[in-house]
Amino acid sequence: MTTFFQVAIDGILAGMLYAIVAAGLTLIWGVMDVINFAHGDFLMVAMYVSYWLGFLWKVDPLVSWIASAAFIFLLGVVTYKLIVSRCIGGKSAMAPLLATFGLSMLLKNVCLNRFSPNFRILSGTWLDGKKWEAAGLVFSMPQVVTSLFSLAVILVLWHLIRKTRTGWSIQATSMDREAAELMGINTERVYVLVFGIGGACLGVAGGLMPSYLATHPEVGSLFGLIAFVIVALGGFGSIPGSLLAALLIGLVEAFAGFYIAPVFKYVAVFAVYLAVIMVRPKGLFGW
Amino acid sequence: MPLLDVQNLTMRFGSLLANCEVSFSVEPGTIVGLIGPNGAGKTTLFNCVAGLYKPSGGRILFDGRDVTGLPSHRIARLGVARTFQVVRPLKEMTVLDNVLVGSYLRHRNPRKALAVAEECIERCFMKAWRDKPAGDLTMGNKKRLEVARALATNPKLLLLDESVAGLTSTEVREMVTLIRAIQDSGITILMVEHIMEAIMPIADKIVVLNGGVKIAEAPPGVVVEDERVITAYLGEKFSQRLKARREANGNA
Amino acid sequence: MNRTFKPTDLLWYGLLAALALLPLVPRLLANSFTAHVCILILLFASMAQSWNLLGGYCGQVSFGHSVFFGIGAYGAGIAMVTYQSTPWIGILVGALAAAAASALISYPCFRLKGHYFAIATFAIVEIFNRLFMVWDWIGGAMGLDYPILDDSWKHFMWSTNKTGYYYGALALFVLVFSLVRWIERHRLGYYLRAVREGQETAESLGVDSTRVKLSAMALSAFLAALCGAFFAQYNYRVDPPMVMSLDMSMRFVLITILGGVGTFYGPLLGAVILIPLQEYTRAYMSHLGTGVDLIVFGLIIILMMVKQPRGIMGVLADLKRLSGPARSAEVK
Repeated sequence: MTTFFQVAIDGILAGMLYAIVAAGLTLIWGVMDVINFAHGDFLMVAMYVSYWLGFLWKVDPLVSWIASAAFIFLLGVVTYKLIVSRCIGGKSAMAPLLATFGLSMLLKNVCLNRFSPNFRILSGTWLDGKKWEAAGLVFSMPQVVTSLFSLAVILVLWHLIRKTRTGWSIQATSMDREAAELMGINTERVYVLVFGIGGACLGVAGGLMPSYLATHPEVGSLFGLIAFVIVALGGFGSIPGSLLAALLIGLVEAFAGFYIAPVFKYVAVFAVYLAVIMVRPKGLFGW
Repeated sequence: MPLLDVQNLTMRFGSLLANCEVSFSVEPGTIVGLIGPNGAGKTTLFNCVAGLYKPSGGRILFDGRDVTGLPSHRIARLGVARTFQVVRPLKEMTVLDNVLVGSYLRHRNPRKALAVAEECIERCFMKAWRDKPAGDLTMGNKKRLEVARALATNPKLLLLDESVAGLTSTEVREMVTLIRAIQDSGITILMVEHIMEAIMPIADKIVVLNGGVKIAEAPPGVVVEDERVITAYLGEKFSQRLKARREANGNA
Repeated sequence: MNRTFKPTDLLWYGLLAALALLPLVPRLLANSFTAHVCILILLFASMAQSWNLLGGYCGQVSFGHSVFFGIGAYGAGIAMVTYQSTPWIGILVGALAAAAASALISYPCFRLKGHYFAIATFAIVEIFNRLFMVWDWIGGAMGLDYPILDDSWKHFMWSTNKTGYYYGALALFVLVFSLVRWIERHRLGYYLRAVREGQETAESLGVDSTRVKLSAMALSAFLAALCGAFFAQYNYRVDPPMVMSLDMSMRFVLITILGGVGTFYGPLLGAVILIPLQEYTRAYMSHLGTGVDLIVFGLIIILMMVKQPRGIMGVLADLKRLSGPARSAEVK
C-alpha cells in the first residue's frame, strides 16, 4: 500500500511541475489562439540560465529562479514582438505554430552547438539530495519545493486573471479582440504581457529544476509536448483545467511507469489524451 | 403531391424552442415565401430541411420520401440545394471552381461538369468574374455565386436564404428576374425573405412564422390582409398601400 | 480539363524529361554526394507531396505522417530481414497497412477541430514511436539491419553506384506527382479543396466530407508508406527514431509549407531548397559544431512564416502580381 501512495506522491509532484509549464501555455493559447511550439525550449533555456549561474557563480537555484523568470519573460516578449505578432491574423492559421517550431529548432540547436549535448547536473545546491520522510513515504525536497513554487505561481496567476484590472483586460481580449479594442484596451500590450507572463512561469520552474534534474538541450521537448497534451486535455484557456489535467497526467505517468513498464509512461499519457478527446472534443473544461 | 411536406416540425436548442409544430407544404413548380420577424425561426427551419440540424420532432417529406434527420450531403444528393444567409464562398477557389464543386455532384466527367458550371455562371450573370477568387467578390456577386453554385447541383428544390439582403435596388430586381427564370426552368423554390419587393410579387404562397410558430399560410394577397401577420410583422404602411392599390384597381 | 496543350502541361512534361535525362549530365551522378542530394530531393518531394494531399489540398494538417512513413519502411525492412525475401512484397503490404492504419486513426480524429486535431496527431506519433521501440519482432530499439545483397532491382538495393536509386526515386516522384496532378483535375481534387475551404458549405453541395477526408488520408498514407520503404532500402536499415519520429513528421510539413502548401509544385520547391541546404551545411559546415544545419533551417522557417506563409509559391505569385499590368480586383 505504501508503494501505491509513494507512486501517487511522485505523480502529484511531477504533475505540479507540469502544471506550471501548462499554465503559461494555456494562457497564451487561450488569449491569442497560438500554440507556442517553443514553449518547452523556453523551459530548457531557463534551466541553462539557472545552471550557468549556479556553475559559474555558485548561485543557488532557490535564488537564480528570479533571474530565469526575468530572462524568459524577456524572451517571451521578444518572441512575440519579432515573430508571433507578424504571423497572427493572416490567412494562415498555422503560421505562428510553424514559426515557433522554427524558433524551437533554433533554440535547441544553438544550445546544442554552444553547450554540447552533455547532461549537466548541478551539484552542491542547497536542496540537493534532501528528503523528507513521513509515514513511510519519501518526499524529494527539491521536487516538493518546486511544486510549492508552482502552486504559488498558479494561484498568483489565477488571482491576476480573475481579480485585477489587467486580468480583466486579458480576459476581454481573449473573448473578442476587436470588442476589447473598442473599449479602450490596448490589446497589443495585452498580447505582449501574456507572452511574457507565460514565459515567466516557465522561468520560475526552469530556474528551480536544476536542483534535481539534469540540463541538456533536449530536456524541454518532452515537457513541451506533454504541456500541449495537458492544455488540450484541460481545455485551452482554462487555468484550473490545466492544473487538474496536469495532476491527472502526472498520476497517469507515474502509475503507468510503475505498474506497467517505464516505457509505457508516455504511451499512457498520450493514450489518455486521445481517449478523453474522443469523448469530449473540447477537453475537460474547454469552451 | 407536394414536393416538400413539412409536418409538425419542432426544433429545440436546450431550453430554446426555435420551431414549434410547424407544418406547411410546397407544391412542385411554385415559389413559396417564408417570412417573419427576426428570431421567428426561419433559418432554423431551413437548416432542418437542408439537413444541417436534426429536428427534435416532426417529419420532413421530400418528393414523398422521409428525409427527416438525414445529413446535408445526402439531402443535397436527393435534389435539395440551398444558399446561405451569410454568404459562404469557398474563398481561395475561383468562381468557376466554386460552381464546379456543385456541378460535380451530377457529372463525374470533368468536361461535362465544366459545361454545366459554365452554363450556371452564365445564367447568373457571373461570366465576367469566372476566374476571380471567390473571396474577392462584392457582396452582390457573392450572393449570385451562392445561387449559381446551388443551381449547378441540378436541384428539384432550391432553398434561398435571404438572397437579396444587402443588395442595391437594381441588384434586387436582377435577382428577382433570375429567380423567376429559375422557376420557369422547372425548379421549385422556397425562399426566406425580409425584403417585400423581392418576394410578394413572385411568390405563389407565403408562410409566416412568428416566435417559432406558423401564424399564416396563404397567397400574398391574403397574407397581407391577415391581422395577425400585420400585427406581427408587415407594419401598417405596406398593407395600407396594397389595400389602396387593390381598391383603386377594383374601382377601375 | 480542356484537351488542348496548356503551358502548365508543357512545364510538367518538360520537367519530367529533364529529370529523366539528368543522369546523363556528366559527373552529376558520378559524384556520389550530388547523386545523394538529387535522390533525397526526389524522395522528400514525393513525401511532402503525399502529405500535401491531405494537409494542403484538404486542409487537414497532421503531424503524424511519419507513422505511415515508418510503417512503409518497416514493411520493406521486415520483408528483407525477417523473411529474407524481396522487398517488393513488403513495400506493397506496408503501403496497404499504412492505408488501413490511417483509416482507423482518422475516423475518430476527424471530429477534432484545429489545434486539438494537430495535437492528437503528435500524440499518435509518440505512441507509435514508443511502441515500436519495444516491439521485439520488428527489432525493437535496435531496428533492422539489412543483409548485404547483390545490386539488383529485385532486391531494390545498389551499393556500387546510385543510378538505380536515382531512377527508383524518379519513378516514385512520377507516381506521386502524377497521381496528385490527376486528382487536381478531377472531382476528388475539387472536393478536397471544398472541404478545406468550408466543410459545411461543401456538404450543402452534396460532398460527403467524411468520405473525402478518409480518401485523402488513405491515399496520403499509402504514398507516404511507399516513400518510407524507399528510405529504408536506401539506408539499408530501419529503426524507430529514424523513421517514426516527430522530427521526421515535421520535416514533411515544413518542406511543403516552405514550398507552398496546397500547391502542386510547392513540395518540389521546398525540397529543392531545403534538402541541399541540409546536406551541404551538414557536410561542409560541421566545423562550426553540431546542429548548424538545423539552426539555419530554423531561421529560414521563422523568416518564411513571418514574411510569406504561402511559401515560395506565394513569393512567386507576389512577384508576378508586382510585375504584371495593374488590374483592379473587380471588372465592372
